[in-house]
Amino acid sequence: MAPPPLAAEARDVTCPFCGLLCDDLVVSPANGRLAVQANGCSISTAAFAHQAGTELEQPRVRGRAASLEQAVQEAAVLLRQARQPLFAGLGTDVAGARAAARLAERLGGVLDHMNAAAAIRNTLALQDRGWITTTLSEIRNRVDLLIVIGDVTRRFPRFLERCLVRERMFEAAEPVEVVFLGPAPPEGAGAVSGLVPRAIPCEVRRLPEALGVLRALVAGRRLEVGSVAGVPLATWRELAQRLRRARYGVVAWAAADLDFPHADLAVQALSELVKDLNRTTRFAGLPLGGSDGDVTVDAVHLWQTGFAARTSYARGYPEYDPWCFAAERLLASGEADVLVWISSFDERRGPPAAPVPAIVLGRPGMRFAEEPAVVIPVGTPGVDHAGHLFRTDRVVALPLRSLRDSALPGVAQVLDAIERAL
Amino acid sequence: MLLKLTGGRVYDPAHGVDGEVRDLYVRDGRIIAPPGPEERIDEEFNLSGTVVMAGAIDLHTHIGGGKLNIARALLPQDHRADPVPRTGRTRASAGHAAPGTLATGYRYAEMGYTACFEPAVVPSNARQAHLEMGDTPIVDKGGYLMLGSDDFLLRLLAAREPQPVINDYVAWMLQATRCLAIKVVNPGGISAFKFNQRTLDLDEPHPYYRVTPRDVLRALTRAVHELGLPHPLHVHGCNLGVPGNAETTLATMGAAEGLPIHLTHIQFHSYGTEGDRQFSSAAARIAEAVNRFPNVSCDVGQVLFGQTVTVSGDSMAQHRNAPLGRPRKFVVMDIECDAGCGVVPFRYRDRNFVNALQWAIGLEIFLLVNDPWRVFLTTDHPNGAPFTSYPHLIRLLMDRTFRNERLALLHPEARRMTTLASIEREYTLYEIAILTRAAPARILGLADRGHLGPGAAADITVYRDDPDRERMFRTPLFVFKDGELVVRDGAIVRVTWGRYHAVAPAFDPAIERRVADHFARFHTIRAANFRISDDEMRAFGHGAEVVTHPCRDRMA
Repeated sequence: MAPPPLAAEARDVTCPFCGLLCDDLVVSPANGRLAVQANGCSISTAAFAHQAGTELEQPRVRGRAASLEQAVQEAAVLLRQARQPLFAGLGTDVAGARAAARLAERLGGVLDHMNAAAAIRNTLALQDRGWITTTLSEIRNRVDLLIVIGDVTRRFPRFLERCLVRERMFEAAEPVEVVFLGPAPPEGAGAVSGLVPRAIPCEVRRLPEALGVLRALVAGRRLEVGSVAGVPLATWRELAQRLRRARYGVVAWAAADLDFPHADLAVQALSELVKDLNRTTRFAGLPLGGSDGDVTVDAVHLWQTGFAARTSYARGYPEYDPWCFAAERLLASGEADVLVWISSFDERRGPPAAPVPAIVLGRPGMRFAEEPAVVIPVGTPGVDHAGHLFRTDRVVALPLRSLRDSALPGVAQVLDAIERAL
Repeated sequence: MLLKLTGGRVYDPAHGVDGEVRDLYVRDGRIIAPPGPEERIDEEFNLSGTVVMAGAIDLHTHIGGGKLNIARALLPQDHRADPVPRTGRTRASAGHAAPGTLATGYRYAEMGYTACFEPAVVPSNARQAHLEMGDTPIVDKGGYLMLGSDDFLLRLLAAREPQPVINDYVAWMLQATRCLAIKVVNPGGISAFKFNQRTLDLDEPHPYYRVTPRDVLRALTRAVHELGLPHPLHVHGCNLGVPGNAETTLATMGAAEGLPIHLTHIQFHSYGTEGDRQFSSAAARIAEAVNRFPNVSCDVGQVLFGQTVTVSGDSMAQHRNAPLGRPRKFVVMDIECDAGCGVVPFRYRDRNFVNALQWAIGLEIFLLVNDPWRVFLTTDHPNGAPFTSYPHLIRLLMDRTFRNERLALLHPEARRMTTLASIEREYTLYEIAILTRAAPARILGLADRGHLGPGAAADITVYRDDPDRERMFRTPLFVFKDGELVVRDGAIVRVTWGRYHAVAPAFDPAIERRVADHFARFHTIRAANFRISDDEMRAFGHGAEVVTHPCRDRMA
């Protein structure tokens, strides 16, 4: 049973708007909007406050206002005629992921998540060699050296605050250090924890070089070079020593920022470095992702079928191929003939321009360069209806609450209705 | 709706029925006493010449939770080689060693299994475990909560808190995570690994808490006993896979101090150090000890040859074993100050000395433990082999000629190190019905499952009486789940969603404040969001009912 509409303050609210799923928010209504009163960040404050008035948006069919039933019927007509439907975006929760997989299977469709290009960098590394990883509570209580790769303070604003807390179960043997590998963090990052992160300004594209050198140095090899990836060798040597000295080191990376060819090999090099370090000490990785439900959709599809997203049901059974079943490729090549685009957390992430009819299940307020065939505004899990999401560490699934009385249907509800109408 | 199953040979060990021809009657999902002659039979199945048993129950199979999903992620080649196409009734899925949940449910049902229990639910991952089990069709399910390396418990033990506080914590955790039993894995060792300790023996103090695995076992066996949980403490002991670990296993039986204890996948804990290769079978000693201690039960964790994947909460052991993996890749995780996990793909080969001897050790244990009510048929799916190999395993137990033919194919030195060839015992159908039905239901406290008496849930499996027992157990003629025909001739004819089984022992509410305070101070989620609600369980399981089994509180 859903809790009653938000009348007053709600505590211990889970924020669904990034992969950290902070569950300590205090949210209350103000001027017809939801306002984060405590433990907010740049992402949650804006996302909860979004859409005064937009919750009244109606479904549309070819640009004309329609009832939900009419929109669902029209979507069913398009999908019945489709020879290769594509279910992309997939910004949804567990229930939405379950419904999307069922419908895609029934129609012989393809599933691809909007963040798959980044997520696949991790998936390929995991499939090839595996890794040693950890979770947020372990980091919070144990970490003594935290290496950060990527624009983490922007994508996951509270990451440092949540990992580096003064009160912990186990005191570190020496002061906790934070090192950003790549671009320097913005001024004041880590301030909540009273820490000043250090940066090793290595160009992101040259990370594979740097990681190779770190592995060599950790293994005790001699190197006859002056600098690597634009950074003096002495800096790398000093970092390698610090890595080996760590009692519980962690390297956290945002695959979304490893935007260069074959970045999966950089993730693999990172993971192998962590494995090397575990010969003598404890060290662990933490892939940072989970926003827009990417970790969630992968998890659901993995447990149901054994495969992560970028999977096709065209042959009647799941076929996984991270290159072949990329949405962009299927649209560009003309293989996909109907696009179902799902984005229930972020109205800014609309469908790609495509020469095929589009059925959009979007957060209200979404704008389009070209009006899709069918638009169905949907509720946001954790705001308009209850649901579940998986956190970046792929272990913790958190319950999302309904915070207000909303007439917007959930993604699962709409997809189930379309399936019934087929 | 009144069903009559007429003329089958019934094996129902819970009622001492050993192959008698009997009629069974089913109404509203339950077996009923023979109705009066005036009652109209709606549907009759003529079962003459068939073998009728209750639906089989697997009390230790890794079917749901994060480590399974890691195993799936590691093995795309495994799934690609074994696709499960969509049919009019069933959905598409894939996988052999680590199948998707949909394939898992269908295949268990197709083999006549109607209940499966996930034995390693990590507290912080309990939602995922229930979500995955919820997406496992047809069979009933339930989870055992993994405690023993969780910092909250270790802090209680280090502070020498009284047993009732520990009991309250265990009870609270069971309610919060909606589990059926308590499991301990490498007691304290998973935590010790986070402090860079690589082994932890039964009486060795934890590097930080100074608590020993024996202390953890003692506290948890007592908690389970005093809370009156139906299932004894489910123990994966120290030193898994280490030659010579039989000594630890024998000492672990003693650590229970006479209270009930279940030693799981005991094959992996029955190794000696004799012979040129310093790896030998200690099965005879272990079986003798099981025979001697009536408080001890075990499941085997049989190894069968081929590709599989090992998944375990024992991050310490899995990190140690990672170099032995094939293909060469592994995942190890430290998890949320309550557990860990390790996943290592593995290929068992009959020409490999160690693997061959592991195969023989498992069978020796099956055949040397006298009491079939205290030894259970498992491969520790997927660790020893995928569950789909159960029919083959049953044939190995029931058919000595077949067993010795397989033995002849083994690595010759392994053959010299096992007494298997001289063991004449062959399991009977009655004993198989004990191992796979009556005994697991009894030891899990499932009063209305695993038997065919009036009042039992109508989970019924009907086999053709085929002398090739592997073929017989692979493809039942009919499977009924809660009175509905779900499998005919080995194919799914109807998809249902089973039930969850759980317990909800009482606790002093004072523990809630302590746990909430601990979460707020040290964890990254709130205790309020940790607890799984009734609504969530309904959503996870496609409406599957949660059956809460009674506990006999021994302290009240």
